[in-house]
Amino acid sequence: MQILRNLMPLVVIVLASAGTNAGTLDTVKSKGAITCGVSQGLPGFSAPDGKGNWIGIDADFCRAVAAVVLGSPDKVKFRPLSTKEAFTALQFGEIHILSRNVTWTQTRDSALGVNFAGILYYDGQGFMVRRSLSVKSARELNGAAVCVNSGSTTELNLSDYFRTHKMKYSPVVFEKSDEVLAAYRAGRCDVFSTDQSGLYAQRLKLAKANEHMILPEIISKEPLGPAVRQGDDQWFNIVRWTLFALVGAEELGITKANIGSLSKNTGNPEIRRFVGTEGKAGINLGLDPKWAARAVTAVGNYGELFEKHLGKNSRLKISRGLNRLWNKGGLHYAPPIR
Amino acid sequence: MQWTRQNLFSSWGNTLTTLLILAGLLWALVPLLDWLIVSADWRGSKRVDCSSGGACWVYVAERFDQFLYGFYPEEERWRVDLMAVVLLGSLSLFLWSRVSGRTATACVFLSLIIGWFTLTGGESSLPPIETRLWGGMMLTIVLTVGGLALAFPVAILLALGRRSTIPVVKIFCTAFIELWRGVPLITVLFMASVMLPLFLPDGASVDKLLRALIGVSLFAGAYLAEVIRGGLQAIPRGQYEAAAALGLGYWRTMYYVILPQALRHVIPGLLNTVIALFKDTTLVLIIGMFDFLGIIQASLNDQEWLGLAAEGYVFAGIIYWAICFSLSRMSKGIELRSNTHRV
Repeated sequence: MQILRNLMPLVVIVLASAGTNAGTLDTVKSKGAITCGVSQGLPGFSAPDGKGNWIGIDADFCRAVAAVVLGSPDKVKFRPLSTKEAFTALQFGEIHILSRNVTWTQTRDSALGVNFAGILYYDGQGFMVRRSLSVKSARELNGAAVCVNSGSTTELNLSDYFRTHKMKYSPVVFEKSDEVLAAYRAGRCDVFSTDQSGLYAQRLKLAKANEHMILPEIISKEPLGPAVRQGDDQWFNIVRWTLFALVGAEELGITKANIGSLSKNTGNPEIRRFVGTEGKAGINLGLDPKWAARAVTAVGNYGELFEKHLGKNSRLKISRGLNRLWNKGGLHYAPPIR
Repeated sequence: MQWTRQNLFSSWGNTLTTLLILAGLLWALVPLLDWLIVSADWRGSKRVDCSSGGACWVYVAERFDQFLYGFYPEEERWRVDLMAVVLLGSLSLFLWSRVSGRTATACVFLSLIIGWFTLTGGESSLPPIETRLWGGMMLTIVLTVGGLALAFPVAILLALGRRSTIPVVKIFCTAFIELWRGVPLITVLFMASVMLPLFLPDGASVDKLLRALIGVSLFAGAYLAEVIRGGLQAIPRGQYEAAAALGLGYWRTMYYVILPQALRHVIPGLLNTVIALFKDTTLVLIIGMFDFLGIIQASLNDQEWLGLAAEGYVFAGIIYWAICFSLSRMSKGIELRSNTHRV
């Protein structure tokens, strides 16, 4: 692996110099399908069900883009990718969208030849403890033993957090998250720390999920979002505005259920522009006026997506927290369509 | 009775050891069997059917087809079944003493070529199935068998080349073997998946499975070459001299006299490589392909079935063991068959 690491700068140069790649929209249209890079299985984000359908918010985002561009949410080919090959696959053009719970960081955005189209899920590192410890906040964790994955930013964030707050802790480190969970289950540590979305999934794996709770603190920023290849602004805009359309729809109260009637009879100018009875937002994107309406018809608005795959209608039961709309105390904010 | 008394309870010490071991076995086996079989959930189709606290085999049963075929479309799975039968049939020719090893080999290669076209649907009237949908046990077998089939001819040439008297050939073969044997398979796969596309001209793309297959076969080829070379070294000089006396040239000597004997010597070594490769193919997980183990891991992340990792891995372990053990019995059969002419 050391050799590979030494080769990385070279790879980066090759990637960056690969430069402009126009015409993804035309490619997608001529192929009749979008190829979407997803994870190899992450509950709530993208995981195959018994019939081989990819289920999750990341997968549904690709379906929304397919509905926008090709008119049908089924015109997606999912390609599971490991972390290591994800960006190369995107740069090489094997996939058109990377929707794989990747964190948007400055290095990735600038050096890897990709552009992040926005943030689909605001994640961050959190803590899980046993209820019996009766801890209410991470600030009470002084002296705790913390189970954590090795070699990840998770470990570094943890050390930063405890140092900043002048607390002591002893790390219990493992390679795989199943091992970390096993150690936590066996009581080798008091606290399990990883990204919050992961904690909710890990909690479900425990025999008595209710005996464990996730503390409110988030100690790192892990904005997850879809990425596209650098150098194709039109495609970038389409993916970015699909995301904005999903968020905007929630703000306007447009849902999968009511979009049919709203498309026909509404006086609200914002909704009229959204569903395409007024204005030409879609045409400027290289699409037709009904583009945003199709996204919502296919998968619902952002709130519906969240609750279905991650929130109260899923088994994960993640609270929306930072992922609420901006006017409800969260961070999701879509620029207006006009 | 007689046997147990003589062997297990012949003295104080032996009796004590026997009892201790028995107690240890009971202590470990009873809860294990209880979890595996007695209190396990066998019936149902939903997560709620798993409530007993034992193993949840409902999950394995529900996902069984996916474990076998991956995402291969349901209505086309007969192709996989058919090819499995053809492959097994042609492999079993090796055990049948009336068919020569050469005929059997030819049949296997033929069935592999037919298999590739049937499974992909290329060059035929069948609907094409993209290799990204291949998965599960089917992919594991495609990678192992396909990789070996590509590797075997390469390996024979490399083994002969390394013993060649022509310096260029010898150096090339030695360098090739040492290069591929010196890097981990994971690196080879990673290169095939991630680096190779960077060197191809823009727009040119080689199927990902094919790239992985070539990587696997070059890797396996290097190992097989060394095993076969071991067999070549065991052939006494007299055989070469006898062949020369009959007027056979180099290639004929190898084909008719040396290789048949050399390969027979190294059946256990060959099988060792086969089994190692069979298990190593799980590494394709790193390049986003779902082999048998990969698809089990992916299905463990389905919200419906979260927390069943133990069942998944135990099932994978049992199947891997069963297949490797059958392979080892098969090699025993081939050994017996090919040594019948010896006293």
